[in-house]
Amino acid sequence: MLARPGRMPMAKVVFPDHLLSHTGGTREIAVEAKNFRGIVRAVDSRWPGMEAVLMKTAVAIDGQIYQDAWLEPVQPDSEVFFMQRIEGG
Amino acid sequence: MAEAHDYKVVGTSPVRPDGVDKVTGRANFGADLNLPNMLHGKVLRSPHAHARIHSVDVSRALELDGVYAAVSGADFPSGAEGEIQGEGGGTVSDLAQNIVARDKALYHGHPVAAVAAKSPYIAERALELIDVDYEVLPAVLDVDDAMADGATLINESLHTNGDQSKPPSNVAGITKFERGDVEQAFADADIIIEGEYRTPTAHQGYIEPHACTATYSEEGKATIWCCTQGHFDVRSMTAGVLGMSVGDLKVIPSEIGGGFGGKTVIYLEPLAVKLSEISGRPVKMVMSREEVFRATGPTSATHSRVKVGAMKDGTITAASAWIAYEAGAFPGAPVGPGCMAIFAPYDLPNFRVEGFDVLVNKPKVAAYRAPGAPQAMYAMESAVDDLARELGVDPIDLRLQNAADEGTQAPYGPTFPPIGIKKCLEVAKAHANYTTPKGEGVGRGISAGFWFNIGMQSSAEVRLSEDGTVTVVEGNPDIGGTRASMCLMAAETLGVPYDTVRAHVGDTESTGFCNVTGGSRTTFATGMAVVQACEDIIAQCKQRAAATWDIDADQVDWTDGEAVPKPGVNVDVKPLSLADIAGNAGRTGGPILGRASLNAQGAGASFSVNMADVTVDRETGKVDVVNFTAIQDAGTAIHRAYVEGQMQGGAVQGLGWALNEEYVYDANGEMENAGFLDYRVPVTSDMPMIDTHIVEVPNPSHPYGVRGVGETPIVAPLSVAANAVRDALGFRIPDLPLSPPNVLAAIDEREGA
Repeated sequence: MLARPGRMPMAKVVFPDHLLSHTGGTREIAVEAKNFRGIVRAVDSRWPGMEAVLMKTAVAIDGQIYQDAWLEPVQPDSEVFFMQRIEGG
Repeated sequence: MAEAHDYKVVGTSPVRPDGVDKVTGRANFGADLNLPNMLHGKVLRSPHAHARIHSVDVSRALELDGVYAAVSGADFPSGAEGEIQGEGGGTVSDLAQNIVARDKALYHGHPVAAVAAKSPYIAERALELIDVDYEVLPAVLDVDDAMADGATLINESLHTNGDQSKPPSNVAGITKFERGDVEQAFADADIIIEGEYRTPTAHQGYIEPHACTATYSEEGKATIWCCTQGHFDVRSMTAGVLGMSVGDLKVIPSEIGGGFGGKTVIYLEPLAVKLSEISGRPVKMVMSREEVFRATGPTSATHSRVKVGAMKDGTITAASAWIAYEAGAFPGAPVGPGCMAIFAPYDLPNFRVEGFDVLVNKPKVAAYRAPGAPQAMYAMESAVDDLARELGVDPIDLRLQNAADEGTQAPYGPTFPPIGIKKCLEVAKAHANYTTPKGEGVGRGISAGFWFNIGMQSSAEVRLSEDGTVTVVEGNPDIGGTRASMCLMAAETLGVPYDTVRAHVGDTESTGFCNVTGGSRTTFATGMAVVQACEDIIAQCKQRAAATWDIDADQVDWTDGEAVPKPGVNVDVKPLSLADIAGNAGRTGGPILGRASLNAQGAGASFSVNMADVTVDRETGKVDVVNFTAIQDAGTAIHRAYVEGQMQGGAVQGLGWALNEEYVYDANGEMENAGFLDYRVPVTSDMPMIDTHIVEVPNPSHPYGVRGVGETPIVAPLSVAANAVRDALGFRIPDLPLSPPNVLAAIDEREGA
């Protein structure tokens, strides 16, 4: 769920520039969630349709890069950066 | 995690298990399979770079004796939907249209139809009998023309970033990253360096052309044998294009003669399956070298502008980049990774990068080692080199002063865990090839390199034979010696000798799902699965030993490949080796099989520093590389010789890209140098011995500290070569390749000839 007064701290979720058109220009929000799947659900509840967009991205949680990691735990003070997926040769 | 020096076999360099077969010709590659009643498939390719297709008529081809099937775009499902669930992404619809054109041919060499006949010769004759009605359209052949106002549209329904409110465009997507106050930082900077750079269309240059054989059964099931970096991805992509269930497709990988990213996608497989379905016979398809050049790969040509601001003390305070990448005929240039990689070696407070994914009438680009990073970092590392000259400081010292470190927020978002860029720079600074004074007329160049590395999904099984030998089964085709690396990690984990372990690459029906061999992920991710499967074996062996000794499993230790009672456990028994336990497996519960499947997370970034000395012949423009030194953080080197081989191979490929390789097109978009005689990759006599130094800053997310090493080595050589030539000539040539005619033209222009 999204942050509510009196329920801090929350994970910091940051969107890169190419996702700002989906968030109305919002670059950063605070989210309460136990894992990455919960983050995606919270973002989608605020901006319906975002789940499909985020499924095409990678994410960095506290410095570690993850791809397709719904169940990865998120701590109350975590930093969550959405980023482009990385391929390789 | 144990330190590298604690390992018994990890970090050694045994002979590769597949080596003898490959050097004796016994190994089977993509074109080596022959089946009874097999037909030979050939592809009719567009002679135009851009044309509307009004009709394709294969009826005359079918009348030729010996022709059994002919197909065009109309024979394939239309309206395919969905995303490719593989490494490279993209849509199934675009992939299907790249396999065979529908209403438009989008590049010279785009498949338009295919036939299957009883001999390759008859198939080629049949192609001449296919009637195609083309309406030729203007071709868009470079990124600048494609982005210009009023440019011919390659896809009239393509809107930038999918924004339907804007007019259609050849720009499929724009990527932006920004941090801090870039303009203010530039205004406050003491020194500004600006540069504009271009890199050419270049091919991966793998020796083995694409090849496959397919057979389609009366039950509606198909089997494909092919050379690929990932047979599970071949299965899903082919199923998507043909509208089949993945359960009805079996893909068996052959040995692979190079890929470098170019064999993570499919070209022939759906055509071969469809031709087999129609003919009722197996169909083999093998590309010629010319077809490989005209219709597979390549990597993006690029146009970049970079601006760097710094203070007099050498602190880089701001950087900006505008980078435009050719995608080829369909969206999907690796510009996103380029944007994320360009500033990665540095701790920058203020930066902006803007990247463009641009359609042109060339083959759809495919991944090529560290996709997107070499082009972008070539631009930045050239600008940093110019900054060092302007400041009058050592280029390694400048990079050390501004280098990222553990705790630095990477330009692409996350905070770096332990990384090796500073260690690589320190090794370079002390290296004999750097401390030795340059000879007369010699230019010296240095550059940093970087790649993210990736994890993704892997599976592994480890089986014990009755004599205690170990078989590892996994699903990643062995390109760079991964069988040996898997055996080393299995031997280390189990505590047994390397030569008692065998590795087998299973097909899609004989092992669990694995993503492609690519992204420097196999030793990291599949290796992690192998280690976990071995730990599963150890747990089972401890249970079998406990049952044999009539004690509890938690009273058993596993030490040096043997089950032993834990200290203090009062039992008078001899240790049981892996062979002892395997030999009695039937008496203690049956065969022993360890398994693991995972989505590996925590891939560790790999940084490099490369340097070279070159000479430039001012009469001919030819650049000779006198020496080249590759320094790279491998995390932990599992097989040292193969890590060094990856570093050397990447260096040579990067130097080829920098110094000679480029697609040469005529005005109509036909490639004029589609062969290795005219598209010249480096050969042994062109290169000095590539010196290597492996830095090992272990990745804490892997049981043995692996980062992955295959991508990073190709990143720095482009700018190393350019910076060295700049040093030798006294002026910079910003457009690659630095081939003799291009260098000579630049010298003549400079000297007013």
